[in-house]
Amino acid sequence: MHTTVEPDRTPGPGARGGARDARRRPRVVRTAGGLSFRLDTRALLAGALLLAVAAAAAVALIGTGDYPMTPSQVLTTLTGGGTTAQEFIVHELRLPRVLVGLLVGAAFGIGGAVFQAVSRNPLGSPDVLGLAQGSSVGALVVLVWFHGGTFAVAGGAVAGGVLTGLAIFLLAWKRGVHGYRFVLVGIGAAAMLYAVVLFLLTKATLYDAARATTWMTGSLNGRDWSQVWPLAAVCAVLVPPVLLAARPLRMLEMGDDAAAALGVRTERVRITVLLAAVVLVAAGTAAAGPISFVALTAPQLARRLTRSPGPNLLPAALMGAALLLAADWAAQRIFGADQLPVGVLTGVLGGGYLLWLLVTERKAGRV
Amino acid sequence: MSRLTAENLTLAYDQRTIAENLSVAVPDHSFTVIVGPNACGKSTLLRALSRMLRPAAGTVLLDGQKISALPAKQVARTLGLLPQSSVAPDGITVADLVARGRYPHQGLLRQWSATDERIVQESMAATGVAALADRYVDELSGGQRQRVWIAMALAQQTPLLLLDEPTTFLDIQHQIEVLDLCAALHEEQGRTLVAVLHDLNQAARYATHLIALKDGAVLAEGAPCDIVTAELVGRVFGIDCRVIDDPETGTPLVVPAARRARTAAAPAPATAAS
Repeated sequence: MHTTVEPDRTPGPGARGGARDARRRPRVVRTAGGLSFRLDTRALLAGALLLAVAAAAAVALIGTGDYPMTPSQVLTTLTGGGTTAQEFIVHELRLPRVLVGLLVGAAFGIGGAVFQAVSRNPLGSPDVLGLAQGSSVGALVVLVWFHGGTFAVAGGAVAGGVLTGLAIFLLAWKRGVHGYRFVLVGIGAAAMLYAVVLFLLTKATLYDAARATTWMTGSLNGRDWSQVWPLAAVCAVLVPPVLLAARPLRMLEMGDDAAAALGVRTERVRITVLLAAVVLVAAGTAAAGPISFVALTAPQLARRLTRSPGPNLLPAALMGAALLLAADWAAQRIFGADQLPVGVLTGVLGGGYLLWLLVTERKAGRV
Repeated sequence: MSRLTAENLTLAYDQRTIAENLSVAVPDHSFTVIVGPNACGKSTLLRALSRMLRPAAGTVLLDGQKISALPAKQVARTLGLLPQSSVAPDGITVADLVARGRYPHQGLLRQWSATDERIVQESMAATGVAALADRYVDELSGGQRQRVWIAMALAQQTPLLLLDEPTTFLDIQHQIEVLDLCAALHEEQGRTLVAVLHDLNQAARYATHLIALKDGAVLAEGAPCDIVTAELVGRVFGIDCRVIDDPETGTPLVVPAARRARTAAAPAPATAAS
């Protein structure tokens, strides 16, 4: 097929002062068949970079532990050329942990991006709006009252997260879901659900309380294939429709009227992506616990990297995966194998990031 | 002929009814302006005509079909709207914002055709923002920004364009600029325009068809020369005035009576009389 690639040029005489770099213009690919695509070069590069970082962190993480392996050993083993011991360590112990980390990071990243886009607020992420707390309540009910095992706890976390998401929708609903109401209701829900978490902890035995606290910190320790497959299935089903909704979601940034005038079915788009995001975040939380701040930071960092307006869904997913794996690797390198749950490190880093965000937003007069 | 009509609309927000049994027809190729006092329902009517507000009763018809039953993108290719409040996304350039007007003509596999590009260029040229193409929208003045939003609505290439108070918050120079642009779109490109305006004299100058609204009812409609009289202005806005010929255009010019004349006509409280 005959294909032309050309920079998307716009004559801009006198566009000095604040003019953006000409290389920032998206490239346009048009085929003879009348198809056309806009490719944002910088966003593509950023995506490739994040993918490379995530892959490097994955290899490094597989090589980290009581039995250290060099990156080349890891790659040899992954491609089927390792010793029996290496095969076992990589395939049975460390690869599933890394895959859970990648999937959870991606689910949190894309879920956070959707929440922030819909609430039009950089702080409107699932862990601020009560989903993480809802999942914690679900998990703790199973853990403290029924002394359930890992699987039952994961089920409780999914149920808690999804129910919380639905409750926030219903409470924030007034002729549609609106950003500001959604944020306020979510913050209220987070506070109340956290009180329930504390109540459940006071009722728990010492052993259950310790398990519950570890779960709530969020960790990738000891994750195996039984956590990988359900999460992979949820991502495979829900990520494509969310990515397809990226274009109408970008229109929603301009306000409901402007988007509706362009032919976007605003309510339908919003409910679809929010439901998908709630399930993605709940599934991720069930697999690794409510690892804090990934959903909050990944979309914002991705946006700063691509410098492109819009929800940046795919870069946010890649950023989430890269962030989580890098944090897990750092936690293991600095504090020794399985000594520090990754949630502690993301909490510390994310808290710092939050402060920085508040300061810059305040300077820009938005808070 | 009218491609856009409203029949027996009841318009309400929650429990508050704004209008009942309201019918209007927008004449094709007209520059229709809706005027009336605050809270008379003029913006509400425009929102109903542009399907932003679902009427409690009655129907809005576009080309003879119920507008709410038509596919959203199809309506967006026929009828454009410049809303009163739109948010420019952070860090978006003028060219990118105007390009978003092409959304109803695009799809997943047809994201940016040569036609899209040409029309965005033309829209920016028509509104005089081509030179600002690479600038960030946040850095522009209010008047420039409004022209960028109009450019976006133009890029939608709709034969019908609705504008909700396009001149509010602009100084007089930019008001004239925006209205001249609207007149040019109407005269040179043959588009049908519907605008809500606050200033009666500007409405009389620019409109080819005027709809005077009060308390959710149409008190008069027609060409400004035919309907704008001191009597009508009195009924719609409740003010005492004279209507003279605009020395520039010959259209009706509303000159409110002096305060002294008004206070003398109506017995005023003692404090106001002193």
